[in-house]
Amino acid sequence: MPFTHIDSIDALKPICRKLRIEIIKMIGASGSGHPGGSLSEVELLTALYFAVLRHDPKNHAWADRDRFILSKGHGCPALYAVMAETGYIAHDVLGTLRKLGSPLQGHPDKRFFPALEANTGSLGQGISLGIGCALAAKLDKKDFHTFVMIGDGEIQEGQNWEAAMFASYHKVDNLTVIVDYNKLQLDGFLKDILDIKPLKEKFEAFGWNTVEIDGHDLAQVVPALKNARANTSGKPTCIIANTIKGKGVSFMENSPEWHGVAPKPDQVAAAVAELEAQEVK
Amino acid sequence: MSTTPAKPKFQLKMGMATREAYGQALAELGRSNPNVVALDADLMKSTFAAKFAKEFPDRFWSTGIAEANMVSIACGLAMCGKIPFASSFAVFIMDKGYDQLRVGAAYPKVNAKFVGSHSGISIGEDGPSQMSVEDLALACGLAGFVVLAPSDEFCTRALVHRMAEHIGPCYMRTGRPKTAILYGPEDTFEIGKAKVHGDGRDLAIIACGNEVAYALQAQAELEEEGIHARVLDMHTIKPIDEAAIAAAAKECGAIVTAEEHLLDGGLGSQVARAVTRSTPVPMEFVGIQNTYAESATPDQLMEKYGLTTPYIVKAAKAVLKRK
Repeated sequence: MPFTHIDSIDALKPICRKLRIEIIKMIGASGSGHPGGSLSEVELLTALYFAVLRHDPKNHAWADRDRFILSKGHGCPALYAVMAETGYIAHDVLGTLRKLGSPLQGHPDKRFFPALEANTGSLGQGISLGIGCALAAKLDKKDFHTFVMIGDGEIQEGQNWEAAMFASYHKVDNLTVIVDYNKLQLDGFLKDILDIKPLKEKFEAFGWNTVEIDGHDLAQVVPALKNARANTSGKPTCIIANTIKGKGVSFMENSPEWHGVAPKPDQVAAAVAELEAQEVK
Repeated sequence: MSTTPAKPKFQLKMGMATREAYGQALAELGRSNPNVVALDADLMKSTFAAKFAKEFPDRFWSTGIAEANMVSIACGLAMCGKIPFASSFAVFIMDKGYDQLRVGAAYPKVNAKFVGSHSGISIGEDGPSQMSVEDLALACGLAGFVVLAPSDEFCTRALVHRMAEHIGPCYMRTGRPKTAILYGPEDTFEIGKAKVHGDGRDLAIIACGNEVAYALQAQAELEEEGIHARVLDMHTIKPIDEAAIAAAAKECGAIVTAEEHLLDGGLGSQVARAVTRSTPVPMEFVGIQNTYAESATPDQLMEKYGLTTPYIVKAAKAVLKRK
């Protein structure tokens, strides 16, 4: 049975808060991981898995499922959390993140977790992998859609632009790229390292449909993803989602220090308390 | 060093280049298996993927000059059930696509096939930037990959079909020049099973690709001098035929390897490991020695860089002295 979507934006909001708590707890328990870029993805992944993707958590190999590739593989704690919440794995598995034998490897690895679409972690490859999936769909006359989430720092990798040229030239319109545009990368702010501005104009120049949204506003995220999924314009779609790295935990927000560092137990407690106290509206 | 190599006593009949045989086999696969698709990165006339592209335009994509993108797209196609064959020059697909091969194909064990033409130095005049002398070493560094270096058109054609049947990532190197015909349509080839020529017990010459023809000529020349060699066509570098190597080491007691590749990490390294694990015997290695070649005719380069028959004969005599 395909997953039954949740149509109410208001019903998705508490899920986002729950996922943020799970992310903090699992990275805290593992003692390593990437909280900042996991927290920035939460609304995007929640919208995808609960309201947009055609998928079946009980039959992950379903040939007609939509494909989702997390090209920014280090953001996998958020993906694992949403996959637990939608029923791919039990919630208690989240506590095994990064531990020996766990399906939840430090970066996505389908050898250990077959419901993942792709092994990622070396940045820059996701759009190309997604093109391959999208071309296969067209060849087989299947209507599944392929979504790829990339990081903003990741865009510095040249392969993205090889893929961007290819996808528009070959009219791969059953492909959507979501940029988690949180303005930060490991070493600091993009603007201080190698800025990617103007991003929307770049993708437009490469022949893509582009839309820029607030990546934390589900009322913008859900329709943007649904529109992209229905796209038959002949152009691939790029959704530039403006996000905040570390979103939801005040001491992590917009802080380069929280790219790839796990919170200590007292920090986990503080972050969870802060998230639990937040009003979901 | 001899500058005028001795004429071999027998001449092998020349056939097509292994890259052309690849193109033919790929087109055959296209006709028999609708899941076979192909990609190339602006070298399809040279790799002979063009034959498939012409016959099956809907199942072929040129990525332009973008090998990394090509490798990853192939992986994505394989993730959705296709059997992609992606080709370019060996040096470009392997060296420019290596991280993509590693993370996209090897590590998740994706069923994608990669073919590098213009391997070795026998491409001639274009020079070292176009010559792959390290692709076998790099391919062997991809865990789980099958690595193939066929010797003639029949071997190539058969192994392209075996690659399509094999579930998992594969790399094949092909060559630019026409190659001697060593086999016929009746010969069968299996991944990981060497073809053994002769049953000489003085030494074994283990070769791959273009070097197999030189090894067979060396075998004939040595025979004239009463030295009985056997030749192993080691068309599969990985998984290497350890049983055939062990038998050769045990029965011959001396081994020469020959490859159109750097001596670092190619056929010779793989054979040496297999030999030392079974029956350690003296070995000599014919191959490119810690350098890059230059522009010249293929024959001039093979001679200058020590890859022709006289060098194999010389290595054979050297190894026999150490027996």
